Amino acid sequence: MIMTDTQNHEGAGQPMPGPLRGTLNGVIMRLTLRATMSRRRAILFALPAIILIGISALLKAKAHGTAWPPEVLSILGYLILALTALIVGGSVLGAEMDDGSILHLLATPVSRRTIVLSKYVVAVGLTAVFAAIPVYLAGVIATGASSHLAIGLFVGALAGAVIYNALFLLLTAVFSPGPALAIGLLYILVWENLLASLVPGVGLLSAEHYSLAVANSIAHNSQLHANVNFGTGVGMGAAVTVLALAYAVVSLSGFNVKGDLA
Amino acid sequence: MTTIELRGVSRWYGNVVAVNDITMSMGPGVTGLLGPNGAGKTTILHMMAGFLMPSRGEVTVAGHSTWRNPGMFRQVAVVPDRDSVYAFLTGKDFVEASARLHGLPDPEAAARRAIGLLAMEYAQDRKISTYSKGMRQRIKVAAALVHDPEVVLLDEPFNGMDPRQRLHMMDLLHAQGDQGRVIVFSSHILEEVERLSGIIQVIVGGRLAASGDFRAIRRLMTNRPHVFLVRSSDDRALGAALIGRPAVNAVELTSNGLQVRASDYGTFTREIASITRDHGIRLTQVQPSDESLESVFTYLLAA
Repeated sequence: MIMTDTQNHEGAGQPMPGPLRGTLNGVIMRLTLRATMSRRRAILFALPAIILIGISALLKAKAHGTAWPPEVLSILGYLILALTALIVGGSVLGAEMDDGSILHLLATPVSRRTIVLSKYVVAVGLTAVFAAIPVYLAGVIATGASSHLAIGLFVGALAGAVIYNALFLLLTAVFSPGPALAIGLLYILVWENLLASLVPGVGLLSAEHYSLAVANSIAHNSQLHANVNFGTGVGMGAAVTVLALAYAVVSLSGFNVKGDLA
Repeated sequence: MTTIELRGVSRWYGNVVAVNDITMSMGPGVTGLLGPNGAGKTTILHMMAGFLMPSRGEVTVAGHSTWRNPGMFRQVAVVPDRDSVYAFLTGKDFVEASARLHGLPDPEAAARRAIGLLAMEYAQDRKISTYSKGMRQRIKVAAALVHDPEVVLLDEPFNGMDPRQRLHMMDLLHAQGDQGRVIVFSSHILEEVERLSGIIQVIVGGRLAASGDFRAIRRLMTNRPHVFLVRSSDDRALGAALIGRPAVNAVELTSNGLQVRASDYGTFTREIASITRDHGIRLTQVQPSDESLESVFTYLLAA
């Protein structure tokens, strides 16, 4: 190796200021909202909600009896809830990881906890708008504005938005966006919608069943098949949410930019 | 005085070693990381920026590890190579957002100053999606400089810039370096590094091949034997004349012309014109056949 005029600087060793703290950051929330919605996703997000409301209106007009609302709304409505959370929760972080613009956020002194929580709040809000509110509207169409079923399913869907988004944000932070989407899809379709209906114990580890437990605490409807009771649903849901967010923060703090060997 | 230190730093991906046991130190002024594509420059910059954990060794800025240390970005700025910015924002909004994310007390004023430094006022109200690659580079630099950092890390900052933009950026980085900031930039283009930085770190195959004052390294490069491909109206006669000169070590007559190995670049290029004139030979081509950057690096690595 050639060495000419080698420098020998010592680090000055002044105290390094810590990161910028704060629970939420308005700039990150606005950027996340615009990045998520500017990708023409609004129509994509609204489509399943419109279908759900349309089916409710159709069944209300054509179907006989009152047995269908809890079945249709809890199965179809909560499937839409889970899928919306998967796309939103995955993309609030994943879109920036995919195109590399996350580096602009990571090159700031904002604490990684603030970044994760700010993005998480936006994801929960968007899921509420595109899944929980449509579930409520479909419930109102089916059973009336003051029905316990509509309110119960709405509150349950809000709880679902809180839990699912924490899970899917964690998956994105740990596995990167592509694999996270695949794992999330398998979780929703196979674990929650196939196994949970066959094996009752699976409901103990299912965000859908936590949400249904919350919904049922208001709706008191025997056709809402929650495999866990209210206490377990809330306790497990809260624990999963907190743990998922905490680990997402740890994971983002140790984010290694994807290595091209350049 | 703020410095960046790498001590025994390696980084590997599976079985592939991207950076191999590098120890170097960068102080105030402009330092160029020079090396061919794939040499490991970006990996080194990413480790300096705390975007990548060293597999071995330690990277520090002002004595503090860069890994898992977001607080350092109060003093450090990074301009990534990737052309990824929030394209839906205007240039001004992007720089202002950066100012707010750094917690600056007057983000509008800081953004105005940074945009002014890069002479981007004329396009600040346009969406970044309408910018050329060179303009994107400049707005990225404006966003990076908005908090007046002590350390600026730039990955291939001249990519996509036209010559005028390039000169402006060089002047700006020079001025920043002269003000005592630590400016580190990567490049695979020798001329860029030559014009901009006094100190260079040459990276080849993930290793530090040369380090120090650019002029000294350049001298080592130019004093080495050079190979030229020469074509003329009478190659055989020219070859006979050339071999008698002290600046020429070897001559080979090939189907493409003469392959000449010169011991001294400067003397040979001065003499060949007078030799051909004296012998009445018409020179049609003098081409350095090993002047690619890679061959220079290979030489440096072997030295």
